[in-house]
Amino acid sequence: MAKYVIVGASAAGIGAIEAIRKIDPTGSISIITEEYCVDYSRPMISDLVSGKADLEKMKCRADSFWIENKVDTRLSKKAVKADFAEKTVTLEDGEKISYEKLLLATGGKPFVPKIEGQEKEGVFTFTTMAEAQRLAKRIDENQSKSAVVIGAGLIGISVTEALVKRGLKVTVVELQEKILSLLLDSKASEIVEAVIKKAGVNFATGQSVQKIVGKPDNENVVGGVVLTKGEHVPCDVVVVAIGVIPRTELVAGTEIKINRGIVVDNFMQTNVPDVYASGDVAEAYDFILDQNRLLPLWPLAVLEGKVAGYNMAGKKTAYEGGTNMSSLKYFGIPIVSIGNTNPNPDDTTLETLVKLDAENDVYKKLVFKNNVIVGITLVNCIDRAGILFNLMKKKVNVKKFKHDLLRDDFSWAVLPVSLQRKMSVIQ
Amino acid sequence: MKKIVAKQEACMGCGLCEIYCAVAHSKSKDLVKAYNTEKTKPISRIRREVSKPISFAIQCRHCQDAPCVTACLAGAMTKDEKTGLVTHNKEKCIGCWTCVMVCPYGAIIMDKEGKVVTKCDLCQGLEEPACVANCPNEALIFKEVKT
Repeated sequence: MAKYVIVGASAAGIGAIEAIRKIDPTGSISIITEEYCVDYSRPMISDLVSGKADLEKMKCRADSFWIENKVDTRLSKKAVKADFAEKTVTLEDGEKISYEKLLLATGGKPFVPKIEGQEKEGVFTFTTMAEAQRLAKRIDENQSKSAVVIGAGLIGISVTEALVKRGLKVTVVELQEKILSLLLDSKASEIVEAVIKKAGVNFATGQSVQKIVGKPDNENVVGGVVLTKGEHVPCDVVVVAIGVIPRTELVAGTEIKINRGIVVDNFMQTNVPDVYASGDVAEAYDFILDQNRLLPLWPLAVLEGKVAGYNMAGKKTAYEGGTNMSSLKYFGIPIVSIGNTNPNPDDTTLETLVKLDAENDVYKKLVFKNNVIVGITLVNCIDRAGILFNLMKKKVNVKKFKHDLLRDDFSWAVLPVSLQRKMSVIQ
Repeated sequence: MKKIVAKQEACMGCGLCEIYCAVAHSKSKDLVKAYNTEKTKPISRIRREVSKPISFAIQCRHCQDAPCVTACLAGAMTKDEKTGLVTHNKEKCIGCWTCVMVCPYGAIIMDKEGKVVTKCDLCQGLEEPACVANCPNEALIFKEVKT
């Protein structure tokens, strides 16, 4: 029995613990994770594969965190059943843990479409530490020379960089016509693609993998892929990095309302009393779209977990919302993409301002609606990006100075003094 | 907690705050050595925002509910609940720039060479932060601020 039971020990779980302990220093907390280690930074698994980070560096909270916060950690335990009438969670080994408040922070799992030959040795996904370690081991043991990455989104590009750093020749296959299509418009995507190509990566856009084929001497081991247009790309490993889908299986078939993810209100509460959900498994509020939706992003998961934690501990706290927002470091080209970065050209309520320095691969694009920033794209010029994000979040009317936001010397100093004071930048 | 506040009308944009900040965070803490002989060039954690005639200096405000701490992918940004200090651990930092994306003040500095960020630590160990102590026109004040 624990006052607070949290299923999932990643970003949302950590955020919840931190919030709960601010309000309730002593109430018992149990956290259940099927992984063998608590709390590692999932976005860092590419650093693990590239060799830039080890397990110790990947811990996003110190070991003392769990002790100081008096958390009962259940490692390598899988929650298999949640009973909301008797308020219990049952583990795979039969143990029942009763709760007063329950947080579902089960996260996401890789989406893997059916591909012929996917059972062959050398096919990986890329969302967990264990999977990343298996990939790294495979590359070492088999001295893999080449890889095909399926999916040119955030995960696909991150694993591509890690593989390139390990000396593999990588081909990225992407169904969309451009890379990072959920984050970037055509121009930004084109700039980034050119930079990554310079690092020796091949792209096959507008295509998917028809089948994975074996090696000439061993049919059971990955030897290449055949693309939809018929091209054969030889490779030693395949990484499926198409995206993640919510892990709702624990509560599937129960009275919990599930759309694509678990439906929550502004307090991260589900339709069942005392049951909350946060992170990749939940559909939380997007303040740009003004609706709830899946946004599987680490910073938002922590934030949502915190909101859930406060509410679970009795401090009524509303979620301010997030939006599709990412910063990328890969291949040495810093990128920030927030909100509506691919505005519909037919939408006359939107206004777009663009600045391009093609020679230096610098690109800035801001999208406005009713003189409020709703989309930010920064390529190779992300310094002070947070100022723009803050104006966006606070819905500041930028009518009088919107062109200044694109200046090369953009800083707080180019913004009105009244705004500087209002935002407590100066006294 | 005690924080640094900027007075726009007193700032001359001289840049001494940046110089002294960089030196205070250098290995030798010596101006000449820091710029002339140290291998890693010192980086200032305070930054002038200039658009003539306006100028003032900005650095981490050690926010109460610090967005950088929540957003940090690596656990490199931490908030000390007792002192209020937001601290950046360079060893943990992976240079993902998420904090740069969310800092409302634009006060996190990218160390592009080191592929990490850096930020104001309020000069722990010094009586007064170096930028404040060396501002010739009292454009930077170190004082108790309601958080």
